[in-house]
Amino acid sequence: MNALDKLMGGRQGVIGLLILAGLILVVFPLTLDAFRLNMVGKYLTYAFVAVGLVLCWGYGGILSLGQGVFFGLGGYCMAMFLKLEASDPESTKIQSTPGIPDFMDWNQITELPTLWVPFHSFSFTLVAVIAVPVILALVIGAALFKRRVGDVYFSIVTQAIALILTVLIIGQQGLTGGVNGITDLKTLLGWDIRGDGAKLALYFINAVLLLGCILIGKFILASKLGRLLMAMRDKEERVRFSGYDVASFKVFVYCVAAGFSAIGGAMFALQVGFMSPSFVGIVPSIEMVIFAAVGGRMSLLGAVYGSLLVNYGKTYFSESFPELWLYLMGGLFIAVVMYFPNGLAGLWESHGRKWLAGLKREPVPTVVHTPAKPAVVTAAKPDSASVNSSLEIQP
Amino acid sequence: MQWLSDFGAIAAMQGFNGLSVFCVLLLMALGLAIIFGQMGVINMAHGEFLTIGAYTTYVLSTLVQNYMPSMQPYYFFFAIALSFVVAGAIGWAVERVMISRLYHRPLDTLLATWGLSLVMQQAFRSIFGAREVSANPPEWLMGAVSLTDAIEIPKNGLFVMALTVLMTGGIFLMLYRTRWGLQVRATVQNRVMSRAVGINTRQVDRMTFALGCGVAGVAGAAFTTIGSTGPTAGSLYIVDTFLTVVFGGAQSLLGTIASAFAIAQTQSVSEFFMSGSMAKVLTLSTVILILLMRPQGLFSSKIRK
Amino acid sequence: MTTASGFQMPKPVLAVEGLTVSFDGFKAVDDLNLYIDRNEVRVVIGPNGAGKTTVLDLICGKTRATGGSIQFNNRELTRMNEYDIVRAGVGRKFQTPSIYDNLSVFENLEMSFPKGRTVFGALFFKRSQQVVDRVNEVAADIFLADLLQQQAGLLSHGQKQWLEIGMLLMQDPELLMLDEPVAGMSVSERAQTADLLNRISQGRSVLVIEHDMEFVKSIAHKVTVLHQGKVLAEGSMESVQKNPKVIEVYLGH
Repeated sequence: MNALDKLMGGRQGVIGLLILAGLILVVFPLTLDAFRLNMVGKYLTYAFVAVGLVLCWGYGGILSLGQGVFFGLGGYCMAMFLKLEASDPESTKIQSTPGIPDFMDWNQITELPTLWVPFHSFSFTLVAVIAVPVILALVIGAALFKRRVGDVYFSIVTQAIALILTVLIIGQQGLTGGVNGITDLKTLLGWDIRGDGAKLALYFINAVLLLGCILIGKFILASKLGRLLMAMRDKEERVRFSGYDVASFKVFVYCVAAGFSAIGGAMFALQVGFMSPSFVGIVPSIEMVIFAAVGGRMSLLGAVYGSLLVNYGKTYFSESFPELWLYLMGGLFIAVVMYFPNGLAGLWESHGRKWLAGLKREPVPTVVHTPAKPAVVTAAKPDSASVNSSLEIQP
Repeated sequence: MQWLSDFGAIAAMQGFNGLSVFCVLLLMALGLAIIFGQMGVINMAHGEFLTIGAYTTYVLSTLVQNYMPSMQPYYFFFAIALSFVVAGAIGWAVERVMISRLYHRPLDTLLATWGLSLVMQQAFRSIFGAREVSANPPEWLMGAVSLTDAIEIPKNGLFVMALTVLMTGGIFLMLYRTRWGLQVRATVQNRVMSRAVGINTRQVDRMTFALGCGVAGVAGAAFTTIGSTGPTAGSLYIVDTFLTVVFGGAQSLLGTIASAFAIAQTQSVSEFFMSGSMAKVLTLSTVILILLMRPQGLFSSKIRK
Repeated sequence: MTTASGFQMPKPVLAVEGLTVSFDGFKAVDDLNLYIDRNEVRVVIGPNGAGKTTVLDLICGKTRATGGSIQFNNRELTRMNEYDIVRAGVGRKFQTPSIYDNLSVFENLEMSFPKGRTVFGALFFKRSQQVVDRVNEVAADIFLADLLQQQAGLLSHGQKQWLEIGMLLMQDPELLMLDEPVAGMSVSERAQTADLLNRISQGRSVLVIEHDMEFVKSIAHKVTVLHQGKVLAEGSMESVQKNPKVIEVYLGH
């Protein structure tokens, strides 16, 4: 097949992507009212993180339990820009110090902190949304992967970093808005983002960006780097002794996941109108992992469906049966890990396809169906490898 | 010279405050060191076992207060033992149903036990309510001992310390001086060979996990003397506890002790000079930085792979 | 080095001098000297625990030496990291076949093609005709030309060994290090492997660890016997087999 075919994962891949695109670009906008569409837009911002996790966790074996850090950093950068725009001297003239965000005024701050000053510029903000989280990911990744810190330790350290950032943000009230975060965002470059029309436009921008990230993900996975990631998960030593600097690949995919999460965070700030430390910490970060896990940690498209489904469930159950929701979510974690390690995408591969073929009364399409590994395994393998050898999922 | 002795008194009490934190952290970390350090299992629900111990103590305390007030001064010892048993039993069940199926997949164990912690937290909420509750400590635990005119050491702090010393000593003895401890260490180091020489590794795993959870339960009982208990009481400590175990060198009990001491003291002393949150940030960041320079932790054993 | 008559001996491609590694006091390799010439096939034999695999580990960078030097084409390997050593021209095969079970034979070989080793190189790597040709060439060498699309995990043990050798060939190394290449192979497979090694050692230096003496005889130019981390004897297969120290320690009768 030619390069484009390979990139999209063959006919199935194209169909899958078109179905998703159709769903989020056509079906939802046509069938949902403004309020619900905005909610879906919110769910889709989480999907950015989930898509990133498919790359770094599903394929790279890097379980980052602190993606909220990057989501939050991207969100805060955008929120800072929007807040500054909403805090022009005219609207804030009743404050003791006009021209600075309201929460700073409440904290008796009289001058805009240096950290905030560059965020007056939109172009700087756009760059910062991606650059700040990616640079942080670069530093963390390089420090941890070059020293060959084990998988488990890495996950624990990412949790600690999420905790540190949360505590820092909450503690520095004057700088960050503390536990309430940055709220009351009004306009983007003069355009009111709170109106229905604006939210619709932002929804489409969000959806298009998400599809873009998925395409980038597909490109990465279809390349030699994608195969290397799977090889590294399987036999890291062999990859190293074939002349590859294994750490650099891990850092790369970790940075990509960070970048995607940051875009999601920024779009969240735009669509929902605030950003707070409640998205940065350990709990939200691990929740984002469940979106990818439910959708299928090896499936980019699955990550989106997983995000939509779990968040919809959360909204629905939290309203009607709040007590039940936490039981459900905890149970979901356990069930997915123990019984559906490849999530919905995995179920689709193993059962959905056959059902569909049965409906059409066609022979089952030949997939590269790699059978399960024989029971006698010589050494303890990292979880993802032994689980995923049974199916090759189209990304 | 008054300020010097005042300073000394404050320093002593801060230091002692640090010791109380150290003790709870150490008890938590010991349980986790057994489970993670020895077995390689990551139990994200470890904090919830602490909460089980705390709630058990609370329940016992309420029962005693309502039905057997005369037992008030003595019930606490029962509470500790009961916390150990209850937490251990639940741990045993969890291992059987969930952990034993996930042994070769540490990251998946992490996620599954996180799910478990959510379920447990919600269960606490449903059973005991979302608000914090307090056990009634017995009379003799309240108040303080005056070492000098200026230095007062709270009695519950002393009790917790004594308990910690006892537990640590007990665990050391169990792991290194009993036959059962030998079986645990053998299973951890070479599972296949252990089975080959007739050790029931499944049973050993189950008991080891249960022991780790039981120790967390005791930490929970101790915790009731210094704080109130809510559904999320345990989850506050989980990251610190993991870092403590990892920092000390996951396989070394001595390392765990040294690490818990270092971390607790750094936190306490820092709190003296800066806000609580900045102290926490400083402590955690320092631990991570040191871990980056020495990923195997403070004390580690060199094995030729 | 220069001989007494002033004749300049060709420099060895690998010069190991005073190599020592100790694990908590136990000296696995003790002041070892080893020289391998260009286009030489050297087999290292010795009892278990003699330090054979450790020597390979030290050369390819898997283990850090505590003393001594390893010179490969005038580059000091003890100071380099693993992937740089590979890129310098050293290829290593592991004792248990270390291949990518989830990828096809073709993909396994392609992965070892010495291009696209950096992040962006790998991202934009094209499966050009040059790559395809080379993979086909190596696959034919290792008797797997018909199995290119087969998933590597499904190969037989012997075939996996060959695949790993093939992956090393793709790297086009100057020094090829094989750790027990015929372990677990049938007699006919061993013969095929001996043939393969004799073919691929043209223009390369090969360092082999093996226990099968018949196999060793069929490929070795020179044999080194290791015992307790030191060189016990060195020379042609015949001279080594007759060496009383070697017989006592290893070959036995």
